[in-house]
Amino acid sequence: MLLNDSRYRSTTIQVVVVIGLMLFFAWLINNTLNNLASLGKGVSLSFLNAPASYDINQRLIEYTSRSTHLRASVVGLLNTLLVAALGCALATVMGVIIGILRLSTNWVVSRLMAVYVEVFRNVPILLWIVFFMAVLIETLPKPAAFRGENPEASLFLWDSVAITNRGWYVPEPLFSRGLGDLDVGGLFYLSMDLFALVAVFVAGLMASARLVRRAQRIQETTGVRPVTWYWRVLLIAGPTLALLFILGFHLRLPELKGFNFTNGIYMRNSLVALWLALSCYTAAFIAEIVRAGIQAVSKGQTEASYSLGLRPRLTMNLIILPQALRVIIPPLISQYLNLTKNSSLAIAIGYMDITGTLGGITLNQTGRELECILLLMIVYLCISLSVSSVMNWYNSKVKLKEK
Amino acid sequence: MGQSGFVRKTMVPAAAPPMLEGTVIGWLRANLFNSWLNSALSVVFVTAVAYLLWQFIPWAFKSSWTANSLVECRQQIKAGFGEDVSGACWAVIRERYLQLIYGFYPADLYWRPNLTFVLMLIALAPVLFPTVSRKLLLFSCMYPFLGYWLLWGGSIWGVALVVAELALAFYLLSPLTARFGLLITIVGVVLATVLWWLFAVAPLQSLFHGILPLGLRAVPSNQFGGFTLSTIIGVTGIVASLPLGILWALGRRSDMLIVRSISVGFIELIRGVPLITLLFVASTLLNIFLPPGTSFDIILRVVIVVTLFSSGYVAEVIRGGLAALPVGQYEASDALGLDYWKSMRLVVLPQALKISIPGIVSSFIGLFKDTTLVSIIGLLDPLGLSNAIRADSAWNGIVWELYVFIAVMFFAFCFAMSRYSMHLERRLETGH
Repeated sequence: MLLNDSRYRSTTIQVVVVIGLMLFFAWLINNTLNNLASLGKGVSLSFLNAPASYDINQRLIEYTSRSTHLRASVVGLLNTLLVAALGCALATVMGVIIGILRLSTNWVVSRLMAVYVEVFRNVPILLWIVFFMAVLIETLPKPAAFRGENPEASLFLWDSVAITNRGWYVPEPLFSRGLGDLDVGGLFYLSMDLFALVAVFVAGLMASARLVRRAQRIQETTGVRPVTWYWRVLLIAGPTLALLFILGFHLRLPELKGFNFTNGIYMRNSLVALWLALSCYTAAFIAEIVRAGIQAVSKGQTEASYSLGLRPRLTMNLIILPQALRVIIPPLISQYLNLTKNSSLAIAIGYMDITGTLGGITLNQTGRELECILLLMIVYLCISLSVSSVMNWYNSKVKLKEK
Repeated sequence: MGQSGFVRKTMVPAAAPPMLEGTVIGWLRANLFNSWLNSALSVVFVTAVAYLLWQFIPWAFKSSWTANSLVECRQQIKAGFGEDVSGACWAVIRERYLQLIYGFYPADLYWRPNLTFVLMLIALAPVLFPTVSRKLLLFSCMYPFLGYWLLWGGSIWGVALVVAELALAFYLLSPLTARFGLLITIVGVVLATVLWWLFAVAPLQSLFHGILPLGLRAVPSNQFGGFTLSTIIGVTGIVASLPLGILWALGRRSDMLIVRSISVGFIELIRGVPLITLLFVASTLLNIFLPPGTSFDIILRVVIVVTLFSSGYVAEVIRGGLAALPVGQYEASDALGLDYWKSMRLVVLPQALKISIPGIVSSFIGLFKDTTLVSIIGLLDPLGLSNAIRADSAWNGIVWELYVFIAVMFFAFCFAMSRYSMHLERRLETGH
């Protein structure tokens, strides 16, 4: 028999599996088509071009209620990416600090950090999100509290940041002699000022990297390393600051007008709550990863490096960090992915990310469950796969190259 | 040359220990104030904690336990502790804690979830603690059916018929395998089981029930809620996802290209999308995928989806365990002439699973926390119930007390689990 002959066994099993799988999918698709036909719906994506007719209050690109469902989904996708990027940045900073403090010799500090980690890790993220939302709404001052001769509340950071129970207002960067916006195919506007600034800054970084390579070359041939740090600071900061001055950079501060603040960048409570909750929750996990990574480098490495005559700072930079990073990065990637996936819980507090637009209001308005949910899953899958492939590429670069 | 060194001839008298050694001040100086940075950190952190406690403790203790609405609560606190005190209204917990634990389960039947929970601990004991008798494992195998019957009630015959068929299949497994080979037997048994469930159980159940009506009062799914619901979804999800996860992990390491690609595709799909999208699939799409006219219980649908979700994560944990096993173990079992399933069952999996137990426990903690997501698709888990309680006019506007209670319950459970996992890691440590 085919199954008992080791030459054909694996082929037979695979053919059976493929046939079974195809039958299963055929059954699913057949059921789906039958069910949709009895509901009087076909499968079509044309609803994406219909006007969305709902409003999205927190958005990065131009959007009105007359825009299409497709554009609403893109606005939602950008909101997802925004909160994921903000969250990853803050979570990394917090996680690294907490992870290092957890190893501190200071008894109070290390115990408190342990308490932080346990409290945040062992309570569901959804509870943290609604909890932070409640904190923002219930405990922060109303905009009206900022008014009057003796206001109960005042702005932070030299009167520039207003933290109210309706949201946070931060200064908006503006350019008085700006280059204007570039219309990209009628889809969105790209700020030329921002583009120029990024270009100049990156050019400065590259020039500084060349300078470092030159210094290294000189050190290798002559044994003396030229002092370059002030040139590097000048190369990076100089052109950028000059460009800022040329463009007429200034900040527009939030102002209290009527019942609310105007001007400045307005971050809604839902965005802030989601951002803080995701960051604090993920920071607890990152802290444990950082701690484990540092502890994974054996003490012999430090001692060997000291016995070679390296100073503590060089030991940290050249010996411990490269080895710890190798342990830290793979789990860190999966924490970033978890944070991005957890951002889908925005729907619980009304932040309009892609789950709230495509998987929420668009789905309910058009009644296209199948298309909306499958599209939503595809979008998240693409985000996850692209983040993990970029990070895996980076990981393979820093990995130990075994001969 | 003679006198070149100094040799002490007499003992030096023992000195008293340093004055601060062993005292509180000495400890403080060594641990909290041994450098200026540490001193600053200590001061900042102690101040911050003191401030938080200063805010929290009066709120928590200048509270009301007896009121029947939020308004009454505030009046009681004002009357008891002064005009401008705002204390906690723990009365909402006193009034609703049963609801937060059992949902809308009929109050006279609370013994059933309680008994199910206690029996669950007994069923888990032989798995969790090696000192417990192995004979209890038979009970553990029976437990899922018993638990289902206790929770949902209804006629005992349905469950009995299912168990009878499975027991028969298990009993016949080895003679059938000897006759037809493993693969065909397994396919046959699975097919027979599915057919039995689909076509034979319902008519036979009504027949037997007509002859001998034995059963418990049926409780419909929409009365389940609270921590009972979270525990049902979490425990069923992780238990059912274990065998599935093992299969996916073996599939991912298989030599067969197609089996491997299917496993990789499934695992990456599951791990690439958020649980909430899969819950949307459960709540809206599953009925579209199944034959017209089928509609089954929402809790069952959620459990199926949660099981698939968690099997993807468990598979990766077990794959780690399989990869950590020295390749000599695989080669040794091959050299003994064991076939694939025997070598997996007798040599590889026992060791690989042992390595992956801590990872499995932590994915269970994750799954248990993720059960709160079902509140988004309208099930009444503790978080969903907290919204329902707030919708009641008597408790409209209450926030912190409910969150604190739910958070403490989750914390207690998850913290205990993570401590147990650490204990396991130490116990299973076979290195030096």
